[in-house]
Amino acid sequence: MRAPIGDGSPYGVASPAAPERPTPTIYALATGAPPAAIAIVRVSGPRAIAALRALTAGDLPAARRMTRVRLVEPTTHDPLDDALAVVFPAPASVTGDDLVELHLHGGVAVVDGVLAALGGLGLTAAGPGAFTRRAFDNGKVDLGQVEAFGDLVAAETGTQRRAALSRTGSRLAERVAAWRAALIGVRSDVEATLDFADEDHVAPDLTPSDRVILSALLVELASARADADRAGRLRDGIVVAITGPVNAGKSTLLNALARRDAAMVSPLPGTTRDTIEVRVVLAGVPVTLIDTAGLRESDDALEVEGIRRGRARAASADLVIAMGSEPAVPSAIWVEGKSDLGPCGAGWRDGALHLSAMTGDGVEMLERELIARVGSLTSGEAPLVAHRWQAAAIVDAVVAIESAIGAGDAVVAAEELRVATHSLARLVGRVSSDDILDGIFARFCIGK
Amino acid sequence: MQHYDVIVVGGGHAGCEAAAAGARIGMRVALVSRSAGDIGMLSCNPAIGGLGKGHLIREIDAFDGLIGRVGDAAALQFRLLNRSKGPAVQGPRAQVDRRRYRAAMASAIAAEANIVVVAAEVTGLTTSGRNVTGVETTVGRLRAAAVVVTTGTFLAATLHHGRATSHGGRVGEAPATALATAIAALGLPRGRFKTGTPPRLDGRTIDWGSLDLQFGDADPTTLSDAAVAASPPHLACGMTRTTAASHAIVRAHLADTPTYGGDVVGRGPRYCPSLEDKVVRFGDRDGHNIFLEPEGFDDATIYPNGISTALPPPVQAALVATIPGLERASIVQPGYAVEYDYVDPRALTPALMVRGRPGLFLAGQINGTTGYEEAAGQGLIAGINAARFAGGDEPIHLDRATSYLGVMIDDLTTLGVSEPYRMFTSRAEFRLSLRIDNAGERLTPRGIDAGVVGRDRAARFAAAQAKRDAVRTLLGTLAATPAAVARGGVAVNQDGVVRSAGDWLAHPAVDWTIASRVWPELAAVDPATAAVVAVDARYGVYLARQAGEIAAFRADEALRLADGIAFDRIPGVSPEMAERLDAARPAMFGAAVRVAGVTPGALTSLLAHARRAA
Repeated sequence: MRAPIGDGSPYGVASPAAPERPTPTIYALATGAPPAAIAIVRVSGPRAIAALRALTAGDLPAARRMTRVRLVEPTTHDPLDDALAVVFPAPASVTGDDLVELHLHGGVAVVDGVLAALGGLGLTAAGPGAFTRRAFDNGKVDLGQVEAFGDLVAAETGTQRRAALSRTGSRLAERVAAWRAALIGVRSDVEATLDFADEDHVAPDLTPSDRVILSALLVELASARADADRAGRLRDGIVVAITGPVNAGKSTLLNALARRDAAMVSPLPGTTRDTIEVRVVLAGVPVTLIDTAGLRESDDALEVEGIRRGRARAASADLVIAMGSEPAVPSAIWVEGKSDLGPCGAGWRDGALHLSAMTGDGVEMLERELIARVGSLTSGEAPLVAHRWQAAAIVDAVVAIESAIGAGDAVVAAEELRVATHSLARLVGRVSSDDILDGIFARFCIGK
Repeated sequence: MQHYDVIVVGGGHAGCEAAAAGARIGMRVALVSRSAGDIGMLSCNPAIGGLGKGHLIREIDAFDGLIGRVGDAAALQFRLLNRSKGPAVQGPRAQVDRRRYRAAMASAIAAEANIVVVAAEVTGLTTSGRNVTGVETTVGRLRAAAVVVTTGTFLAATLHHGRATSHGGRVGEAPATALATAIAALGLPRGRFKTGTPPRLDGRTIDWGSLDLQFGDADPTTLSDAAVAASPPHLACGMTRTTAASHAIVRAHLADTPTYGGDVVGRGPRYCPSLEDKVVRFGDRDGHNIFLEPEGFDDATIYPNGISTALPPPVQAALVATIPGLERASIVQPGYAVEYDYVDPRALTPALMVRGRPGLFLAGQINGTTGYEEAAGQGLIAGINAARFAGGDEPIHLDRATSYLGVMIDDLTTLGVSEPYRMFTSRAEFRLSLRIDNAGERLTPRGIDAGVVGRDRAARFAAAQAKRDAVRTLLGTLAATPAAVARGGVAVNQDGVVRSAGDWLAHPAVDWTIASRVWPELAAVDPATAAVVAVDARYGVYLARQAGEIAAFRADEALRLADGIAFDRIPGVSPEMAERLDAARPAMFGAAVRVAGVTPGALTSLLAHARRAA
């Protein structure tokens, strides 16, 4: 365990004289590249506090209080900076280890000097994610939270930020705990029929109320599963494909939406041989617009390949803008271009939006429609899960619960429910058979 | 001074199995019991086996152990529990004649030439350095390479009849006080548990005519798979219930009981509660079932299972009179509670040897368990490993995927106990693979390797295995179309796909009878072989999935953690996590995963450490 109090450390924790646990003490510049107004250097690990003492030539601020310190080079006592320091003693720190934050003047030489001094003390320069890894190792965060932190740091838009931030807390853990509790209740019933068959007051196999609980659970899991798709769209953006026959004006529309010349636009049929992609932000959500090659028969091998790819991309798109003819997919937005060439101008007529990408007439109406559609694809409560492995765990649980409901044999139902519990546990933690027995004994009188 | 290879202290279920296992391996064993007449005594109810427990019996049997054979010899009736459920959770149970059981166990012990029964009380342990090298007894000092202590509920035991307390481990018998002191001197972590027993009734004073009777099965499933077919014995059990009047009496006298009066500190089992506990915890119930179990063919004593109580004896008489059929029943011996010391089983290795005390093994209720079968199972493993220790061999280790024995030992040594530990089928995550029909196939080869299986059983096993293998091969070669299967008299989906007989048997509607119509050669397969092969086929999909899980589980289990591993010095293991791991001292990485409250992060770090060390 830790070194005993009495080594002169105000926190009663490890000092350089104490036996060194082999946990490395890591450090890194936590803010952007200097020069900047301030730069924050973080030091985490059993030697973090000792390192601060070395840098302050003996002075240590009180725990969790930002304090002005004079930093010096430990051996030469050469001044490094007049800085602010905060000490978070373990385990009440973000990493779970002793953690020191140095708020420096953000000059290149200041930052370099401090980092060099820390390296000179034998500490380890942190690699990417090293601080979060320490938090995970110390049980401060689960895997889902780790990924949410990653998403938060990578968030480019406000909507992405809100979605990621909502998952850095314990919301998922709480929901999974509730699902698990429901499953364990049902499993307790089933196990009771298996282990206490000769007792009275033990219902047969899956009771009607168990079936109700499982059905409700399936609904919740399906919605969480859909969350993963929604969160994926938030994180990776929505794909909107523009489809239509050759020369319908797809590239022109793309350019109008992107307000720059992303695609090569020409009046000749078949100019766009491959797909062109442009990223825009609509309603806080990144949207990838795809201009597909014109959908026409062709004997140009290159063009045929372009058409094939375009169709594949359009098929996997979240949203389709169909130009030039009534779309086969009802959810697609039907757009008729070149309204400047007709007599009626821009506007919605017979389910189609008539616009002119050339003049910009009606493009704003399309943007409004797109924003509404994007909003409905991504809105709702902040998503609970966001990653493929989480979605997979939920799917496994759903399949197992459905099999349990359909099982004719209580032992098989119990086995499927066991698998379901473990699949859910994969989202956060683990489960032991004692939980099941606790559930049984809390609600039954078992006498034999 | 007498020299042995193994000394077994105690002649109950654990002690008898331990001594017999050591003797079968070829070691010279001293079985020390206060009186030779105590060997094989059933202190609680006159029944062996049940759900989960029947599995343990079959597994002990697979190692050629005693409890199944002896139980069969003493049976009054056999019942296979969970007949209506899947085969994985069916467990055999036998009501037994108490005197015949004791006699059969005594003769089984006497039949082992390697066992010397020493009638004496053990008063201390002798040590050499940290090694335990023998015992001090009232008839002198005995030396051995290994000592197995199986003192049941006798360690520092107190009996409670109402608020009256006395020292004793079983009614009329003194506690093991000197040995308790010796165990305490070793510094082992201990706790206190409570158990109880109902009043015994005179069957001649029970109004049997007014009661429902429960008979045994006509085609009995015996405890041991070696039992020869005989006409089944069939003494009936009676069934009755407590009444509102019974509960009123219990409520009026709660303060007179040791538990609610405040005399008992030890925790009792939730699943074998006293009537007091049932009335307090399940106050809304208007009655609780009672099974009236006969204690023997020539014995009028009845064991009323379900009303364990430590009410004062006069109150027990009033209580019994409120129960239908027992209005005029007389009590032969009042019920009582017993409180005793157990050793925290996390102090043991999976071999059931005390960590840091080479040569000292503990088995049975001393490890915080309850039940004959749980005790016998630990006795078997401790006996085998004591013999192997004496012979300089590595201990055998049964993991959770092999057996209920493995599940029990892992639960005990990894998680410890918070109440007396009883086996349930739900404790086994690989339940579909751990069945009574395949106990021999799972474990007898392990037993043969360890030298604990006698020649007869080994030969019988080899013959049975050859038959199973032949039938499995046959099931893989026989095939049929859905149309052909339908001609066997069952509706199946006519998808035209030709499937093997093994695949068809996985279909819920296709049982062995149907299969025998489709493929007449299957009709000749003997029922025991057909049963195990058919169940394997029926659960095939699940067994395959579990096989995958077992492989992953074994990969973790294979990572051994060094015995003296300093968890607090592993990078990434926080002091709190290190403390939890230190209490459990998991021997394998897989066991560390099961220690409560250890975070995935700490486990990741431990895994990395274990892999580096491996």
